[in-house]
Amino acid sequence: MIELADRDQTETIVRFDGVGLRYGRSPETLQDLSFELKAGSFHFLTGPSGAGKSSLLKLIYLAHRPSRGRIELFGQDIGRAKRKDLPFLRRRIGVVFQEMNLLEHMSVFDNVALPMRLAGQKPATYRSDIAELLQWVGLGAKMHAMPETLSGGERQRLAIARAVVARPEIILADEPTGNLDQEMGQRILKLFSELNRLGTTVLIASHDLDLVTSSGMPAFNIESGRLTSPLIEAIEDDPADDLGLVASGEPEFVYRRPLTLSDEDRLEDEGP
Amino acid sequence: MSMAFNPERWKPAALLPHEEAHDGALVFVVAVLCFLACATAIFAMSADRAAQGWANQLQGSATVIIRTKGSESPDMAASRAAEALAGTPGVAQALVLERAKAEALLEPWLGKDGIIEDLPVPRLVTVELDPTNPASAKALDNALKAAGVDATVDDHSLWMQDIIHAGQIARIAAVSLFTLMALAAASVIAFATRAGLSARHDVVEIMHLTGATDSFIANLFQTRFAAMAALAGFLGGGAAAVVAAAIRLLGGGYGLIPVLPIRWLDLLVTLPSPLIAGLVAAIAARVTALGLIKAMP
Repeated sequence: MIELADRDQTETIVRFDGVGLRYGRSPETLQDLSFELKAGSFHFLTGPSGAGKSSLLKLIYLAHRPSRGRIELFGQDIGRAKRKDLPFLRRRIGVVFQEMNLLEHMSVFDNVALPMRLAGQKPATYRSDIAELLQWVGLGAKMHAMPETLSGGERQRLAIARAVVARPEIILADEPTGNLDQEMGQRILKLFSELNRLGTTVLIASHDLDLVTSSGMPAFNIESGRLTSPLIEAIEDDPADDLGLVASGEPEFVYRRPLTLSDEDRLEDEGP
Repeated sequence: MSMAFNPERWKPAALLPHEEAHDGALVFVVAVLCFLACATAIFAMSADRAAQGWANQLQGSATVIIRTKGSESPDMAASRAAEALAGTPGVAQALVLERAKAEALLEPWLGKDGIIEDLPVPRLVTVELDPTNPASAKALDNALKAAGVDATVDDHSLWMQDIIHAGQIARIAAVSLFTLMALAAASVIAFATRAGLSARHDVVEIMHLTGATDSFIANLFQTRFAAMAALAGFLGGGAAAVVAAAIRLLGGGYGLIPVLPIRWLDLLVTLPSPLIAGLVAAIAARVTALGLIKAMP
């Protein structure tokens, strides 16, 4: 189902320039954020609770508008974008929400089909793809189940399947392993790595430092609403790679090739 | 289990969850409003028809009150007046009202035994006008003057004005009530849409962030509430038709009361009720939903 993306990996997918975010009259939650995410890059966003990780992601998936500064998505200045164009930008972004935000009145299959339906595609064009994807994330036996009957790990995988089904150009995941045990966290991380290998840009917000360090993926840290120095030091240099974050005034981040996910690596249902 | 699920036979589920308890109450309220609106329309049509009938009756006739002069007897003066009027263009027929009938007209005020023999009961001439080219009161007056008869022509214009006025008031009242009920129905739908959006804010937000256009989300609410209102319009309009039919059957050809002569064709006014209710609901739901969705980033 999933094909390798033929994308220019020097293309900038996300660009923040002096961005600040304020909720109401409160002090700025995010301050002076300036960075770029290149197409096909994989990054973690770390920081303590309340540092602004979720707020940053929300700015990218257009759940909030910045109080100041400029944000470009896919080369388009969202401050100048017309409201009617925003849904089409959102369709290029896959989001795994922190609370998963599943539609509880819909089956697993219907939840995953949502982005396709909203994009106006006919069921005949995506039914088999969804079935294949659900098999791939280990929910093949629960396509007709309602979300409330799923375990935490299954719900997480369902949320991920919904986020990736429409082949978005970038996937944003907010604490996707937050409620999972370490093993399941690693397996989900492997899934993201595979998607990244297929060309999708990935940005994962996580406060699980063990997960981040064990992944070997580049990460940048946010504290009190400001980007700070990178958390992960170089693991292995790869000069040919410039897929990483380029923060103004920051050292270049490192990148290590993600693991590949074979058929044997498919996520399986949790134990009995 | 999975064996029972065949993706090829999958049918997309409703994007908005059902809320049957709320839906039932909403259908009831809108159905009541539709019933009242349809009943108002039927009764307004009947009242208008009654007013029109009375006006036509009055418009087609005139009454002439004869006053005797000198030694001429009242009967002779009335006969001369009827003769003069009968020859006037625009008059179909002029008849002298007999004394007995004139006395009968006074009975409500004077009683059966209150009219003494010598009471100078005015003689009346009833004039039936040509419906295609009715003579005016002035033409009748001129004909009487030419014949040397002292008389007053009453063309019922005073009454007619009152009846026409009453008919106009009935029409305005009906249109106002109908508009009021349509606005009430729209307000109820708008309130329900607001409540629905609020109750399902999570679903709306997910769709919004997953790439649904404002119009797509508004369509979901628009379709849902239009369908509910159309059902309510069918039920309310149907109930109004049943009630009107019962009145028509109970009261014979003139309806239950003579001032509301309901005709079978009047019941057709309930037919567009589902369509109008659905349209009002669709507009109200769409405007409300779009307003609320636009508050999202």
